[in-house]
Amino acid sequence: MDTQTLATSLVRLRQVDKTFSNGTIAIKGLNLDLRAGSFTSLLGPSGCGKSTALRMIAGLTTPTTGSVDWTAGRPELGFVFQEPTLMPWRTVWGNVTLPLRIAGVPRSEAEPRIADALMRVGLTGFEKSYPRQLSGGMKMRVSIARALVTRPALLLMDEPFAALDEITRSRLNDDLLGVWQSQKLTIGFVTHSVFESVFLSDRILVMAARPGRVVADIAIDAPYPRDDAFRTSETYNHYCRIVSGALKQAMGGHHEL
Amino acid sequence: MNFDRGRIIRALLPVLVGIIFLVAWEAFVRLNHMPVYILPGPIRIATRLYEEWDTLSDSLLVTLAVTFAALAAAIIGGGGLAILFAQSKWIEASFFPYAVILQVTPIVAIAPLILIYVRNTEFALLICAWIVAFFPILSNTTLGLNSTDPNFLDLMQLYRARRWQVLWYLRMPGAMPYFLGGLKIAGGLSLIGAVVAEFTAGTATAGTGLAYRILESSYRLDIPRMYAGLVLLSLTGVLIFAAFSFISWLILHRWHESAAKREH
Repeated sequence: MDTQTLATSLVRLRQVDKTFSNGTIAIKGLNLDLRAGSFTSLLGPSGCGKSTALRMIAGLTTPTTGSVDWTAGRPELGFVFQEPTLMPWRTVWGNVTLPLRIAGVPRSEAEPRIADALMRVGLTGFEKSYPRQLSGGMKMRVSIARALVTRPALLLMDEPFAALDEITRSRLNDDLLGVWQSQKLTIGFVTHSVFESVFLSDRILVMAARPGRVVADIAIDAPYPRDDAFRTSETYNHYCRIVSGALKQAMGGHHEL
Repeated sequence: MNFDRGRIIRALLPVLVGIIFLVAWEAFVRLNHMPVYILPGPIRIATRLYEEWDTLSDSLLVTLAVTFAALAAAIIGGGGLAILFAQSKWIEASFFPYAVILQVTPIVAIAPLILIYVRNTEFALLICAWIVAFFPILSNTTLGLNSTDPNFLDLMQLYRARRWQVLWYLRMPGAMPYFLGGLKIAGGLSLIGAVVAEFTAGTATAGTGLAYRILESSYRLDIPRMYAGLVLLSLTGVLIFAAFSFISWLILHRWHESAAKREH
């Protein structure tokens, strides 16, 4: 990689290996970076280590060898899991307030931030609801609001919409792009959906399994804001074909998409 | 509509069974001219309960005082130990087996010893009731504190939560349904513990609790009064269980599946 991309990297994984305690080699010789301000998707079949790579960036797991380097120190980061991971005994407000409560942010400062985060994900008015009263999509919105409330510079999302239906998913995709653009965030997004990654990202890293590594680095050169028109455009189809091809190659041509 | 009718029938059925049982009992006693010192009928028992209400209710209060003191101690002791166990696997591994031993040894076998060593009878009764009551709280709460979803632990690590914050914001509320389940069992058990201990103490010294009144009645061959005491004890047990079920519902109904109504 040239010096220019190195300069704009927010975080770089260098020659990372990860061997699980049961001896499985999850990742070998992984190099990847997330550029400041970019929306980067990690796309690959299950078992390619994309989630593990994301967890290493978040500091939830450590590389066996290799390093995670922050160009300008570790920024505030938010993480969204595949499950909404909401505490059922806390209301929507209570769940979103939790990161601030733990960090000891005073109430007067916390309240406008919570209200703002809920507004951004379209949940104003649901503050007093309990998670069990919400649909899957709304729970995921709460989860995103909780990740945004700490005002992260980097938002990491581990297949956040995989369990949702198509309609809910594309609506959340639209809203996520809105949040990304208004907040000047960097997003690292793990997915196994070609269509989702092409729609959202300005860059896709295609990963292969056994052992996990990056096999293709594809820039999605299409302007934002992207909307339904983009979903049916020729550019979109063009990139879907390219990314699909790269993914098929990554899977060694053995597997169906 | 059907649902409501089903609920009413469900509530009425045990009442109906109870009435049939009592009528049959009364009829059996009258038709066979049973002597009252062998088997009194329910009407006789109810009359005796009314006549002896002052003595019996005073004794019930004494037993209740021991029961609730023991239960409070069980909540503090069982809950506190569970929190301690959750802090370290080593502490749990070292002490849990002894909690089990204390639990599986019959309280009637331990009570006489405790009564020897502890001068104050009230306090001895309290210890006996506590031994019986604390274990379900300890084992349930320990299970609850250890049943945390690993994703939540990741979340806490991400927020750089301190140990006490993980306990306070995550483990303790998550263990609440388990704790309340233990509490429902412990409420009944502390009453049983108090009564068993009173029986043991009652054979040696004069007591004032309800169990002592039952013993006293048996010495005097006042069988209806024995039954009256027994009825009071059962009713108290049922009330304690109902009270804790209600408390549990109050705390959990907004979020926990066990207590919440289905809305979808």
